[in-house]
Amino acid sequence: MPKQPPEVRRYNFNEVALGYSAESAVEEAKRCIQCKKPLCVPMCPVEINIPGFIKCIAESDFIGAVRILKDKNCLPAVCGRVCPQEEQCEKTCVFHKKGGQIAIGRLERFLADWEAEQRELEMPVILPSSGRKVAIVGGGPAGLTVAGDLIKLGHKVTVFEALHRMGGVLIYGIPEFRLPKVIVTREVEYLRTLGVELVTDFVVGKTRTIDSILEEFDAVFVGSGAGLPWFMEIPGENLNGVYSANEYLTRLNLMKGFLFPKYHTPVKSHRRVAVVGGGNVAMDCARSALRLGAESRIIYRRSREELPARLEEVENAEEEGVIFDFLTLPLRYIGDENGWVKAIECQKMELGEPDASGRRKPIPIEGSEVIYPLDAVVCAIGNSPNPLIGATTPGLKIGKKGNIEADEKTGATSREKIWAGGDVVTGAATVILAMGAGRFAARSIHEYLCSL
Amino acid sequence: MFRVIASKMIVPNMHLLTLAAPAVAREAKPGQFVILRAEEEGERVPLSLSDWDAQSGTITVVFMSIGSTTGRLALLAPGASIPTVVGPLGNATEIENYGTVVCVCGCYGIGSIFPIARALKRKGNRVITIMEARSSYLFYWEERLEAVSDKIIHITRDGTKGHRGHAGRLPEILRGLEEPVDRIIANGCTFLMKRTSDETRPLGIKTMVSLNPIMIDGTGMCGVCRVTVGSVTRFACVHGPDFDAHQVDWEELLQRRKTYMPEEVVPLRTSRCEERHLRSQEGKS
Repeated sequence: MPKQPPEVRRYNFNEVALGYSAESAVEEAKRCIQCKKPLCVPMCPVEINIPGFIKCIAESDFIGAVRILKDKNCLPAVCGRVCPQEEQCEKTCVFHKKGGQIAIGRLERFLADWEAEQRELEMPVILPSSGRKVAIVGGGPAGLTVAGDLIKLGHKVTVFEALHRMGGVLIYGIPEFRLPKVIVTREVEYLRTLGVELVTDFVVGKTRTIDSILEEFDAVFVGSGAGLPWFMEIPGENLNGVYSANEYLTRLNLMKGFLFPKYHTPVKSHRRVAVVGGGNVAMDCARSALRLGAESRIIYRRSREELPARLEEVENAEEEGVIFDFLTLPLRYIGDENGWVKAIECQKMELGEPDASGRRKPIPIEGSEVIYPLDAVVCAIGNSPNPLIGATTPGLKIGKKGNIEADEKTGATSREKIWAGGDVVTGAATVILAMGAGRFAARSIHEYLCSL
Repeated sequence: MFRVIASKMIVPNMHLLTLAAPAVAREAKPGQFVILRAEEEGERVPLSLSDWDAQSGTITVVFMSIGSTTGRLALLAPGASIPTVVGPLGNATEIENYGTVVCVCGCYGIGSIFPIARALKRKGNRVITIMEARSSYLFYWEERLEAVSDKIIHITRDGTKGHRGHAGRLPEILRGLEEPVDRIIANGCTFLMKRTSDETRPLGIKTMVSLNPIMIDGTGMCGVCRVTVGSVTRFACVHGPDFDAHQVDWEELLQRRKTYMPEEVVPLRTSRCEERHLRSQEGKS
């Protein structure tokens, strides 16, 4: 798939990957041998009929392909871009051993983009009204999936979102160059045309409690995400210039700070930025810093092999010029006389025996302390679920890590009429896993509503 | 969209805005705040609630026109609409029957302490309100505060009303009351709250303040509002905004509030004509 060249894209926020042309999509689709027992489908959290839509593409029947795709996935343009296909559908492709697996994600993306270019969207079949009402807490991937599934089944659906735009992490977190916001808006608008009521600026737990909502609705799905940022709790973390990844990305993505002052939320022009962490969010932050004109480095306590980020994103970051300091652990931040961070002190690490996560445990090397000068730090070491819903919903069972306890298969919680799924249940994970949880919960909610 | 019901400058540079926000008005409690956006391209700014009416579905905020967003909010006329009013956010101020409570307020805090004083009075407290301003012409809502206070004391920097000086006069004013004070609640600019805290610490009187760090989402998501209280990092939006004043790291709060000071005025320097021009260009391309 063609991409913007690194030396160009590191200076702009436009999308990096440019997508397939119709010809190359058909060509790629024709390579699929249409396995009798496809190994890709069971790996898909939302159970897309992958060989089905690929067959249609191979026959240049794009409408047919979209129909199959959208039957199971209401956010294909998003998933085609941010799903870790290499860990899912593409991993079990029969061609995988030779490194020639079908580019399922790219085909999915092609279809969604092709459809968006057509004059008229094909509307799915919507079952007659059941007269039942479902409230969804959080307009992110989990909530939007539940909304898409339940509206098609004839239920009335209202999504309550705390921020001023729908999309959750797709809007505030994932940068423009990886997931353009017009695409998220397009997928959200599709749900609106299906009849989903979308309410922004509404903090469930504050503006209204779940119990109050249940007086009006038959069921509630909670997909409020993992929105509470972790810090390392090391000295100097509250100096000016030290950000959580959420703050850094929200300023840029939701608030469009990179267009300041046209958009009014300010963003600082830093010269040297260090991002602490090795996940996809860390890559997003480091690549954003680069685009804002800074020298950008990733500080990660293990080695390249253990990076939790997708390989594709790591490679993109490397190509663009992000510096990687592996086996490095921040010890403290050093401030100047005005309370601004001016340096970071780190310790070098070496890898020991594998730990509980199966990855080799980093062990500090004594006397290896180094100091890097910098003027901003982004802490991208993870998030835990926002406690707001748990604190305001009596009887809702909350786990040790602040997560809502919910059944893995159905999303059912300890309270009747309340389901939950996505990061608020699992802790920070991926978009597609949240969507998968939404799919299961929608099924269970539908069964419940039919039994009333 | 949220409609503007009333908008006026109540004293120089201090503005009152009443907005139709029924869901917020229904749940609002003293000490809570809302986040507003003045327009689609706008930033999110937190403002304390100064009043609300659940029946008519309105909320009122009082704020100082100081940067680009407050400047835009100040220019709103009744009938206009703004895209975001979200809340009520933060925890409500703890209201118990403490005995005698002194409410110290200045600037926008005169507005935000009003519902607190009202609730304290309803709980049966003896409420003494100390209002602070640079000069007497900057006081507002005096009748409203009188109605919910047993006593009102003024401090002005220029001595045009009440005591001359600033919050540094608190110890002698409190001594002059000749009655025990069980709790002090301070609302206003960071300086007023810090100075109040400094003055009441040696007196050993429990003092609560409503902190005002920079915020974005206001729901605990971004962490920009972190403050150190009792050597622990707390998020003012979800753990506060009220904290025990004597536990707050004031230097850190003052320093963090300055983060965007240079940028805050940048949009003010961009004329709106230029913006409109840019937009029309976009329309063409």
